[in-house]
Amino acid sequence: MSARPSISRREFLGLSGLIVSFAALPLPLASAESSQQTQLPTAHKPVASDEVDGFLAIDRHGNISVFSGKVDLGTGVRTAITQIVAEELDVPIARVSVIEGDTLLTPDQGPTYGSLSIQNGGTQIRQAAATARRALIRQAAKQLHLEESELTVERGVIKAAHGTRSVSYGDLIGGRTFALSIDKDAPLKDPATYTVVGRSQPRLDIPDKVTGRFTYMHDFRVTGMVHGRVVRPPAIGATLLAVNEDSVKHLPGFIKVVQQRNFLAVVAETEWGAITAAQQLEAKWSDWQGLPDENKLWDYVRSTRITKEDVTSDRGDVEAALAKSAQRLSATYDFAIHTHGSIGPSCAVASFEGGRLTCWSASQATHNLRQQLALMLGIPDADVRVIYIAGSGCYGRNGHEDAAADASLLAHAVGRPVRVQWMRADEHGWDPKGPPTLIDMQAGVDAGGNVTGWYSQFYGPEGVAGRVKLVAADLADLPHEMEMSPGGIINGTAIPYMFPNVKTVAHRLATTPFRPSWIRAPGRMQSAFANEAFLDEIAVATRTDPFELRQRSLANDHRAIEVLERLARLSNWQKRTFNGHAAGGTVTGRGMAFVKYEVYRTYVGMVTTVEIVRATGVIKAKHFAVVQDCGQVINPDGVRNQIEGNVVQTVSRTLLERVRYDRSHVTSIDWLTYPILTFPDVPDIDIELIDRPQEKPWGVGEPSSAIVSAAICNAVFDAIGVRLRSVPFLPEKTLAAINGRRS
Amino acid sequence: MEQHISLNVNGRKVDLKVADPAMPLLYALRNDLGLRGPRFGCGLSQCGACTVHLDGNAVRSCVLPIVSVAGRSIVTLEGLGTPDKPHPLQQAFIDEQAVQCGYCINGMIMQSAALMAANKHPTDEQIKQALANNLCRCGTHLRIVRAVKRATSQI
Repeated sequence: MSARPSISRREFLGLSGLIVSFAALPLPLASAESSQQTQLPTAHKPVASDEVDGFLAIDRHGNISVFSGKVDLGTGVRTAITQIVAEELDVPIARVSVIEGDTLLTPDQGPTYGSLSIQNGGTQIRQAAATARRALIRQAAKQLHLEESELTVERGVIKAAHGTRSVSYGDLIGGRTFALSIDKDAPLKDPATYTVVGRSQPRLDIPDKVTGRFTYMHDFRVTGMVHGRVVRPPAIGATLLAVNEDSVKHLPGFIKVVQQRNFLAVVAETEWGAITAAQQLEAKWSDWQGLPDENKLWDYVRSTRITKEDVTSDRGDVEAALAKSAQRLSATYDFAIHTHGSIGPSCAVASFEGGRLTCWSASQATHNLRQQLALMLGIPDADVRVIYIAGSGCYGRNGHEDAAADASLLAHAVGRPVRVQWMRADEHGWDPKGPPTLIDMQAGVDAGGNVTGWYSQFYGPEGVAGRVKLVAADLADLPHEMEMSPGGIINGTAIPYMFPNVKTVAHRLATTPFRPSWIRAPGRMQSAFANEAFLDEIAVATRTDPFELRQRSLANDHRAIEVLERLARLSNWQKRTFNGHAAGGTVTGRGMAFVKYEVYRTYVGMVTTVEIVRATGVIKAKHFAVVQDCGQVINPDGVRNQIEGNVVQTVSRTLLERVRYDRSHVTSIDWLTYPILTFPDVPDIDIELIDRPQEKPWGVGEPSSAIVSAAICNAVFDAIGVRLRSVPFLPEKTLAAINGRRS
Repeated sequence: MEQHISLNVNGRKVDLKVADPAMPLLYALRNDLGLRGPRFGCGLSQCGACTVHLDGNAVRSCVLPIVSVAGRSIVTLEGLGTPDKPHPLQQAFIDEQAVQCGYCINGMIMQSAALMAANKHPTDEQIKQALANNLCRCGTHLRIVRAVKRATSQI
């Protein structure tokens, strides 16, 4: 769309402005049953991300609709975006509603990943609101015969600062479009005047969620809808040899077995009918044993062909520095394959009518999914609409998109709307996985104990945060992406520490055992584990307190220093004494870790206290103290909720989690075989936020997760003097490390 | 053969036509009665997302054959309270902002309501033990414990 540098008065006055009714949006927010009755709007609402109308619409009552490409995955983003718009336009929160991730209505702001919803998505919407505000004030000044400087805004009414003249947003623009490009220079409100942003706002979704009124993807229904269930191959790469439809034809409500190459599914009138049919369907598959030996995973990773070297930082001459160093350290860290582990399995509804597909999905990337579904079905993008409905938390690219593809294929095959919900084994077995990661670390230290060289080599699959291929398209042999998309896994390999010679390299691998994707802090968590635990090894080797070591090499970064200073106070950190480790059967230790996320944004430091039972090797994380500087804070309690979640989830990943498999398939297909942390083992958490209202708001959904593994690793070393370099820290590994040290 | 089964759900008598008496209660609640509180998580009685009260006890509706609950009383999250008139636990979950994605929250509240019936003033440890078999992936545990504590300390 061509840029319009300034407001077109003719359009702004509404003389030709398109009247858009937003009252009849097909949003399943109020009533899932009735939503499908509503006619899908065909009005051409602008979705350009450089247009105010892409993001905002104001009706004649002054109610504001926000069209957000970023979606609320259960993190509170909807509430935070509501706060941002309410603040910038000076309207009550209750007047703002947010429409999320509808490809017909919302701009493509990129997938909801990478801790970027507020940092990128929210600031984009804020600029649209600022542009709208300026235009509204200009128009009001004309209408009221006053100078702009004489006007103030209160609850959506522009009024004379002195006097009684006023006009409301609804009167000025209600129901008409702005027809205005977003102006990056439109002035933002001074954060010093904020009354909504920066204050804890109760989340808008919670009352409905605790009373059973919220519409999750799993609750959404459309008229005439039937139910599908997929029947996945028993071995990941198996070929479907034969299907006996007679084995399920007799079941009540049975509609159809859908088979396309290795894609197999059943459709029935009822959900239970579909489940029963999927369980009873007789199918014959070929054998396939293409997975590596689970016990030799790291040999497999190390021997995988390297297709590319990404040098993510290179300062000085690290080889020479290492060669010259008085003391040289090296260690290898590894991090297991993880599943997303959504509590609700992936679910979607699709309807294929008149050559057009509508798909309701909890996808974090509806615009990308639209293109993927169009590619799979061989129809134009324009004939696909994907509408976001919140699902169970996904923490990355889980199975939501794959369930959408399943439903779309089935709707296409049976000519009726189809709902597909995965079973637990589908989710654990077939969601894309966080790939196995191996990191080799080397450092050199001079005679004075100074770090002179730092060299890290990261091994992870090639590819970026692109589009993860859809299981259905792959199995059905329909067009799909061929490249891997593990996420931005190398963005945490470089370090913020100013050592004189640093080299960080990522060896990108041609393949990885399972279809990879991103799970919270992808690669960044693995890098931070290696970086921050290895730095602790250096601290121990040089008998330096770990805070001191970091403070010394971050001297010029005042925000980093403040985080560390506050953390030392919050945790009541006692300088390391190096007087040996505690004796006794159950011992405690403390460890710290720090990250400047992706070496440019959110700072987090944490100290954890752990308890280890020497005889069993069982580690329990008892307490975390966390200090975070994410710049401007939108919703402080929302940020705290994210930090708590990051810590708890990553304690789980660090102590317990690994995907199990044999040569054919994933064997950890439920919560018994893939255990996660439960209430009795959840640590207490103290959090201190450093709010910087005048700074940019940075991401909070990932950064604090990145350093949990290292903090625990360092605390375990403090307690018992063994270095655990392999996540998860299972009791048997810990015991082996303890015994290895004794022998 | 279709079978007729009567139950009492949230204080109302309901009659269901059931094609398969082995169908778990959860599917009747969600699909036949349109309730959204109880949720499918695992179908294996492992996670607790489907928890309802059966004659006052917290049970996992994802594995409970519909035929086994004929004539009995079921209470779901919707029956506990409404947005206008929330149960003290529901209000406490709002006050403590004890939700992220919220998919597990039905189970947390229903299990805690059963705990409260048996133990009016549980300690943190007792709350954690009572919820030990309810899984949350978002890591909302600490807030959930605080919410239950808040609700029980107000009674």
